[in-house]
Amino acid sequence: MPDTLSLILTIFGMFVVTFSIRFVLYARAHRIQLPVWLEEALAYVPVAVLTAIIMPMMLMPNKQVDLSWHNPWLLGGLAAFIIGLSFKKPLLTIAVGVAVFFASQFLLA
Amino acid sequence: MTKWEAMRFGALVSVPMMLGNLPFGMIFGSLAVSQGLDPWVPIAMSLIVFAGSAQFVALGLFAVSTPILIIIFTTFIVNLRHLLYSADYMKYVKHLPMAWRAVLAFGLTDETYAATKPYFVNGKLDETTGHWAYLGSVVAFYTMWNLTTIIGVVAGELIPGMSEWGLEFAMVATFLGIITTYLRNSAYWISFVVAGTAALFLYKLPNNLGMLLAALLGVLAGVAVQHLQAHLTKTKDDQHA
Repeated sequence: MPDTLSLILTIFGMFVVTFSIRFVLYARAHRIQLPVWLEEALAYVPVAVLTAIIMPMMLMPNKQVDLSWHNPWLLGGLAAFIIGLSFKKPLLTIAVGVAVFFASQFLLA
Repeated sequence: MTKWEAMRFGALVSVPMMLGNLPFGMIFGSLAVSQGLDPWVPIAMSLIVFAGSAQFVALGLFAVSTPILIIIFTTFIVNLRHLLYSADYMKYVKHLPMAWRAVLAFGLTDETYAATKPYFVNGKLDETTGHWAYLGSVVAFYTMWNLTTIIGVVAGELIPGMSEWGLEFAMVATFLGIITTYLRNSAYWISFVVAGTAALFLYKLPNNLGMLLAALLGVLAGVAVQHLQAHLTKTKDDQHA
């Protein structure tokens, strides 16, 4: 684990970038117009970033692609994905996904 | 609405999502200490950074001894989506004093955006009281996030071996909940498929670079498809004209 100074610097740095992103447009809100290309690109950022984070967690929980039915991460993820697409209700998606994940982890153990 | 009613309204409309998010602060806190971090680290992160997904990602990077600057840069990419929210909410804060805007910016999370957005759209909230409702939502989520982080830290200290339970799956399910609400046309689908496939192929790259590149490719793919579609529609229209 990192030493105390590195941890403090990391947390401080995380604060600076997070707050800057959230504040930069508000700070100049009365006289700013975003370029069209930036607004277009930003629209895809949530999907692209969140997908890039979770796909390896789901499909390669042990650092190798595992598409088998013995992979609870894949089963829970698939369940969440299907429920999410069908109902578009994030809370339901989370509840079903987590339930399937823990159930399959328990049954496959 | 008076300002107090608006604040209470903002907190109230946040309740469903708060219930859904209740486990995440706890999971974050317990995961952090079961990974060997001192209790102050997750607590300080939740108090100061206040960005759930970036905090989870940072834990994963700590565990594999990633350089500080890489963690900070990753935080930047992971939180870049908040720029989208602030671009959308700019119009509701531009008349406020700078201190107000700073507080509201600090609290601009996925959750507050998602909880208040429908009411700005349907006109129940507007420039006169909207910022009070927004503030109410921020206060509610901030309180909950920090309380649940502390509960998680305590639980993680008391119950050994929690890091092996696979609690991080909660993050996967949450993100899928957000992603699936976006998948409503082919441009978003292509962005999803490209980012996901690239993330798997680039996984071996050091320092989380694979994730960052995959995200960039996903964004480019989405924009490209959108432009291609607009171009095709235009050509078709021109032919008919």
